[in-house]
Amino acid sequence: MLEIDNLSHVYGGGSPNAHHAIDGLNLSVAAGELLCIVGPSGCGKSTLLRSIAGLITPTGGEIRVEGTVVRQTPDNLAVVFQDYSRSLFPWMSVADNVALPLRRKNMDKRQRREAAHEALESVGLQDAGRKYPFQLSGGMQQRVAIARALAYRPTLMLMDEPFGSVDAQTREDLEDLVLKVRGHHQMTIVLITHDIDESVYVGDRVVVLSKAPAHVVGDLKVELPAPRDQISTREHPDFVHLRAEVGRLVRGHATV
Amino acid sequence: MSAQTLSRARPASTTTRWSRRAAGALAFAALIELAGRTGLIDAEFLPPATEIVGRAVTLLADPAFLGHALTSLLAWAMGLGIAAAIAVPLGLLLGSVPIIDAAMRSVVEFLRPIPSVALIPLVALVIGTGLQLRVTLVVYASLWPILYNTMYGLRGVDPLAKESLRSYGFGPLAVLLRVSLPSSAPFITTGIRLAAGVALILTVSTEIVAGRGEGIGVFIFFAGIAVPARMADILAGVFWVGLFGVVVNALLVAAERRAFRWHHAQLGERP
Repeated sequence: MLEIDNLSHVYGGGSPNAHHAIDGLNLSVAAGELLCIVGPSGCGKSTLLRSIAGLITPTGGEIRVEGTVVRQTPDNLAVVFQDYSRSLFPWMSVADNVALPLRRKNMDKRQRREAAHEALESVGLQDAGRKYPFQLSGGMQQRVAIARALAYRPTLMLMDEPFGSVDAQTREDLEDLVLKVRGHHQMTIVLITHDIDESVYVGDRVVVLSKAPAHVVGDLKVELPAPRDQISTREHPDFVHLRAEVGRLVRGHATV
Repeated sequence: MSAQTLSRARPASTTTRWSRRAAGALAFAALIELAGRTGLIDAEFLPPATEIVGRAVTLLADPAFLGHALTSLLAWAMGLGIAAAIAVPLGLLLGSVPIIDAAMRSVVEFLRPIPSVALIPLVALVIGTGLQLRVTLVVYASLWPILYNTMYGLRGVDPLAKESLRSYGFGPLAVLLRVSLPSSAPFITTGIRLAAGVALILTVSTEIVAGRGEGIGVFIFFAGIAVPARMADILAGVFWVGLFGVVVNALLVAAERRAFRWHHAQLGERP
């Protein structure tokens, strides 16, 4: 589904304060997988995500989505950013926000509106379509951003610290929302986070990146009983063990 | 919590604001009235307020004056409309293509400080003193606030908003029209509102300098050169121009508040 070969990226190449964000990163994600990428802050996680989305051109290496080398934004890809208040369009109603990307698809107005309504329903916001983003709470705004991505029916959904700006309770609700919607839609999800617990709770697999320049230092399979539950999963011995393992890898003194 | 609520001054309600404005205007009128009646200022130069307003009202029934007013209104509206039709696309172009911006910058910076009124004799010689003169100068003067506000608005567009649309595969033109333009709309509208005032000044001054044909400025000009000067006519003309400016501004402010509630909400104001 997604292959990353020997990726590297340097900001301001050639200048004395060039920043080497990624170096020699290899990664392969299978179709339908929910992969969490964790790493210390400032390690180049967002650079990686922007490279996959075709928003920046990496200085070295290659990324393939569904076998095609990424040179511009791949079709059937959607991104959910951390900062929902800036990524939603404040001048549009919630329903129009969700329907806008569908103009890229071969859909007439009625189809776009129906798809938007359906997506809003799946995130529990069927009554908010006529409202404007500023009239909603932060958690609800991020639900709208997720609905916008879902309506697009992506085969690959990228999430860049999607729950970094909401309170703890909302965060748990949104984590469960992602687990719920991935069951309904057949898609691959790559979720970037700095929260170790979150990566183990949500992911099928957790990849740990090093400090910048980033490369993969750990790749763990998460085999926790489904469906996951905020209370019982988090007290499961395997969860406790895995989060400790990921934590050690993130801090750079791994035992394996 | 409650202390914070208390310490924040509550904005005055609409009625309160309007009654304060009305009180200010009435006080100013009373001052003029007093100055005229007491002979502090010679009534020949400054007739009492009641006389000015009275004359202004009777002018409304004068077909010749209404003709003047209509001509001015036409020049004002045409000039402002054409200016917006040029300045908004030009601002979008300059604001989003850095190379063109750099190439045009020196020309723009040279033209901008030239007072439009200084161009009246030149333009009058080239294209005559009719409606075309007024419209041309109104366009020239109104262009700048709209152009600059459009470019300023574009600079403030959130890069993440643009990236959000790009990540769904939209190209640069789609991002410009669907994100940058609506995002800068509040600034563009403010530019148009400022330009509306400039356009009014240029309409009347061009008419006065041209001194022929029709227009409020022409009406004022002839009242001024009459012997003795018809001071009440001059001031009644000025009264209508001023009132028009105030009303247009208020309407545009109200329209901005309604249309850009999202913008004011973002700035943290009360919607």
